[in-house]
Amino acid sequence: MGILFRCLAAVLLAAGLSAAGPAAAQTFPKFTGLVVDAADVIPPAQEAALTAKLELLQRETKRQLVMATIPDLQGYPLDDYGYRLGRAWGVGLRDVNNGAILFVAPNEPAGQRGPRIEVGTGLEGIVTDAFAARVIRERMMPLLRENDVPGALSAGADALVAQLRAAPEEAQARTDAAAVEFDRAHRRGGAGAGGGGGLPVGLIFFGIVAAVVLVPLLGARGRRGVSGTRYRSSGRRRGGLGEAVADNLPIILWAASEAARSRGGGWGGGGGGWSGGGDGSDPGGGWTDGGFSGGGGGSFGGGGASGEW
Amino acid sequence: MRRLAFLAPLALAGCGINSVPAAEENAKARWADVQAQYQRRADLIPNLVSTVKGAANAEQTTLTQVTEARSRATAIQVTGDDLSDPAKVKAFADAQGQLNGSLSRLLATTEAYPQLQSQGRFADLQSQLEGTENRISVAVRDYNAAVQAYNTRIRTFPDAVGAKIVHGAKPLTPFQATTPNADKAPTVDFGK
Repeated sequence: MGILFRCLAAVLLAAGLSAAGPAAAQTFPKFTGLVVDAADVIPPAQEAALTAKLELLQRETKRQLVMATIPDLQGYPLDDYGYRLGRAWGVGLRDVNNGAILFVAPNEPAGQRGPRIEVGTGLEGIVTDAFAARVIRERMMPLLRENDVPGALSAGADALVAQLRAAPEEAQARTDAAAVEFDRAHRRGGAGAGGGGGLPVGLIFFGIVAAVVLVPLLGARGRRGVSGTRYRSSGRRRGGLGEAVADNLPIILWAASEAARSRGGGWGGGGGGWSGGGDGSDPGGGWTDGGFSGGGGGSFGGGGASGEW
Repeated sequence: MRRLAFLAPLALAGCGINSVPAAEENAKARWADVQAQYQRRADLIPNLVSTVKGAANAEQTTLTQVTEARSRATAIQVTGDDLSDPAKVKAFADAQGQLNGSLSRLLATTEAYPQLQSQGRFADLQSQLEGTENRISVAVRDYNAAVQAYNTRIRTFPDAVGAKIVHGAKPLTPFQATTPNADKAPTVDFGK
């Protein structure tokens, strides 16, 4: 039992550490819509027009394009910042990862302000590096050199939207399936779906452990009920519910800590490990009716291109 | 005592029986990503070489060096099982580092050929190369993070128990680019 308790303590400690870890990491602007103007450089009217354009794209193609202006890159190079942003926001649908981000960082020194087009792994074949570089070089840089940030973003959005509408068929079919899956999960879950993917697994597991604890417990009570008087004097006295819980306390604590740990995400989850960032801002809508949440995709492998405005 | 029979597998599950192989597989998968991205770069090089050859035939030596470095680098493959052998990982990193060096030299020489710089095809190749270098550094970072998580797991209590007794787990080798800045992209200038 001594080893068990030490093991338990270590697991609890590890759960505490993994919960504390991400809090100290890099921070990102909040994912408040398909246009995140955190640096406040886009006039409201143009922002609304851009948002409408991107919502239309998402409704019609189910692909997600997000535009952002970043006030502070926190010392990260553009391309380094971009893929982390995509992962943090969970841009694109889970499994198909059909999201892309176009962002600028207008407050950085000249030459490091972007723009950058960051492409989710599922779109790398459509928005290729060469295409992204052309959009930046030919459509955006001329406007950015005149410091027309909203104009450049709008021109870049037009070029990307046009490219994203040209879709190979099979990619479209897979995306449709993923969108249906997203809508099912989010409509059913409603506001409660915001907790992240790991939670139900932890709860189910906890339920199984609880059943393992309770079945012998009830069995013991049942036996006592029928023939309690006969056995009462023969062994040590059973204390009922309280003692049974005390007997099983290590299991209960351990299961609780496992549940807490699985909620934290972490490395064990394989492909799904990055998801969930965008789920927190889920307004409860479906994928294609103008919702702005990430789809739990967010697999960004560094594809895309940068400019040197 | 019968209750201890329930406890045993549960306690073991908390001590790395499942989590150690899961972390190891994750690290191996991230390594496969690293190799895939290096392969992607290797696949771009013949195109780059033939494009440069057309416009800058004077750079024959540099072109040959790139081609040779490429074939040396692609000859070395490191499987998931080799990752606990630092020598193999280092050989891979060295070969890719050499290719990186000769590729940087080639791109530097192309700046002397304005007609090459103005070709759309060459600009596309440059941006593809730049994007691939970026993917490589992302893949390497993900791999190193996975290795760090795995190595920490197999050396710390409680998972160290299962790792040592059941799996005989060995630490994996993080990927280090061999020359300073070798993991950085060769400077590709879009020609403002």
